[in-house]
Amino acid sequence: MSALKVFVPRDATACALGADAVADSILAGAKGRGIEIELVRNGSRGAFWLEPLVEVETESGRMAFGPVALADVPGLFESGFPGPADHALGLGPVDGIDWLASQQRLTFYRSGWTDPLSLDDYTRMGGYKGLKRALDLSSQAIVDEVKESGLRGRGGAAFPTGIKWQTVLDTPAEQKYIVCNADEGDSGTFADRLLMESDPFQLIEGMTIAGLAVGATEGFIYLRSEYPHCRRVLEEAIARASQANWLGEDIQGSGKAFKLELRIGAGAYICGEETSLLDSLEGKRGLIRFKPPLPAIEGLLGKPTVVNNVLSLGAISTILAEGAGYYRDFGTGRSRGTLTVQLAGNVRRGGLVEIPFGATLRELVEGYGGGTASGRPVRAIQVGGPLGAYLPESQWDVTLNYGALTDIGGMLGHGGIVVFDDTVDMAQQARFAMEFCAVESCGKCTPCRVGSVRGVEVIDRIVANQDREFNLKVLDDLCETMDKGSLCAMGGLTPMPVRSALKHFPADFGA
Amino acid sequence: MNSSAVSLREIVDSAVAEHHGKIGTLMPVLHSVQEKLGFVPSESVPMLAQSLNLSRAEIQGVIGFYHDFRTSPAGEHLIQLCRAEACQAMGSRDLELHAKQRLGIDFGETTEDGRFTLEPVYCLGNCACAPSVRINDGIHARVSTGSFDQLIDDLEAQE
Ligand SMILES: Cc1cc2nc3c(=O)[nH]c(=O)nc-3n(C[C@H](O)[C@H](O)[C@H](O)COP(=O)(O)O)c2cc1C
Ligand code: SF4
Ligand code: FES
Repeated sequence: MSALKVFVPRDATACALGADAVADSILAGAKGRGIEIELVRNGSRGAFWLEPLVEVETESGRMAFGPVALADVPGLFESGFPGPADHALGLGPVDGIDWLASQQRLTFYRSGWTDPLSLDDYTRMGGYKGLKRALDLSSQAIVDEVKESGLRGRGGAAFPTGIKWQTVLDTPAEQKYIVCNADEGDSGTFADRLLMESDPFQLIEGMTIAGLAVGATEGFIYLRSEYPHCRRVLEEAIARASQANWLGEDIQGSGKAFKLELRIGAGAYICGEETSLLDSLEGKRGLIRFKPPLPAIEGLLGKPTVVNNVLSLGAISTILAEGAGYYRDFGTGRSRGTLTVQLAGNVRRGGLVEIPFGATLRELVEGYGGGTASGRPVRAIQVGGPLGAYLPESQWDVTLNYGALTDIGGMLGHGGIVVFDDTVDMAQQARFAMEFCAVESCGKCTPCRVGSVRGVEVIDRIVANQDREFNLKVLDDLCETMDKGSLCAMGGLTPMPVRSALKHFPADFGA
Repeated sequence: MNSSAVSLREIVDSAVAEHHGKIGTLMPVLHSVQEKLGFVPSESVPMLAQSLNLSRAEIQGVIGFYHDFRTSPAGEHLIQLCRAEACQAMGSRDLELHAKQRLGIDFGETTEDGRFTLEPVYCLGNCACAPSVRINDGIHARVSTGSFDQLIDDLEAQE
């Protein structure tokens, strides 16, 4: 009899919940009982509320148990695990868990099923099919395919990826670059991290295709330093892809070259903005550059550069493998592909949800999220990261797509959804938005650098009821100046959480 | 020349050699120096300037810009508390007060015995299981005041 395969995720959140200790204990428990198992550290499925989610391979599929704490392991074995087991944590077949089964996994198709570092697993589940196809296509044909797919950047600005690539392709230069923006600084977001930790070859493949599409032979992944697990996975994945000739001077004997380097940020939120990121990659302070020129024309070291988010580049593999139409047919209007959101904060069932566009915020938070973790009523939801609006209950029926959120004065951004219960003090949240801007401002323009510091002071005065009317006017003017006079969205959008908090939750400001 | 100056020179040289020829080599070099020493000593700045053909001001500017680079040694364990929104929603403000009290230090400070340095961090990507704390390279989820104390107790018990 061959060894039973047991899976324990290696993802950062699973590990933060004790997955390493659970894995060790399962190995020791099996050994002690003379049971032969093969332990695989798979990627997470993003159902973080069930982590550590342990799975066993059986003839009728993978049986899941979760969330498994270290203390649960002996009991698991006693109930028959890893064989047929009747245990309170048993969830049945993993693909029968409704929270997962009801999703439509396009980008996160392989997450959790594979060992993230196994190229065999990757190719067995359709990996490198897109690159193989791209190797036989002209650059223009690849760019056309991406244009037709309707893919929009997933980093926040939703710019059409194909058009960006066309600019880079059309700009003559002896050297061009592909840069993956893996700075994922928004609170409440972890989709990039999950993709990189659970399916890193998807990103590597996407970047390689991008290189072929625009004529770039060098690429960089700029990863934030706050992701140490992710760093280890990417280092190893790049090494393995290079060794197997999926990266390098002569990819699979095609004569085409692409090499990839991992770079680590240094704790600056602003380096997620693409021009600041490029300056940082050049070894400088991460100051925002004036645009134009666009990075697509003058990017890294002044050369034409594709800068794309992790999820945008990940989607490229699917688009090339299955065709533009396949991707485009998921989605509606200007929102193509799937909706990827992250349920975070005070939520009972937090994690990564990938579904067709069309669901409302309420459906997500109440349905998938199951309400708050604290059991108290939801009071405010921040969508789109620290620069996104705080939405009161009257706005939760908004459909989650790029247009609908903009229409109500918010933004979808990178898809972070942070839930707050009724103990939240919205004046403190507004104050924090200003404080965060002050801490993370690159310092290049006054409205942002100085305005944010003033903003904190003014909110404190309003809360303390000093010259209330006057200070409310000062705050409004300040927001107006930041909105209109900032060079980038850091200063420009900080008023969004501040104003939405003030508008919808005036009582918290002492009104 | 004393021995620590010699070894600093060696560390700088090996960091420079490791990343030789890379685009924007200063950042990876600073990371390497900090990984070895726990901080970027001010005496390394002129050495780096010379090796990388950059001005001291430029290097100082980069070190000052990024939150990660430190110019004085950190404690044995670097503790980073997430202060961002998802963690706030799960009580990180209280955790922050508690942690400062328990360790007797503020953000940016190191305990007198040199064991712990406390720092703020803005999101660790663990936002579905907040509040999050990073200790060295390990991340901890759903940290309560009680489990924070346990983590510190465990580290204090280690010798
Ligand atoms: C303050 C600020 C922070 C940003 N942070 C990120 C980030 O962490 N990750 C990201 O992909 N894009 C971020 N962006 C957007 C990038 O500037 C850029 O639009 C994106 O990387 C382009 O890739 P995409 O077209 O694939 O979305 C940020 C923008 C701003 C203004
Ligand atoms: S708005 Fe802020 S972050 Fe953006 S360029 Fe101006 S100072 Fe820098
Ligand atoms: S907000 Fe704290 S981990 Fe993301």
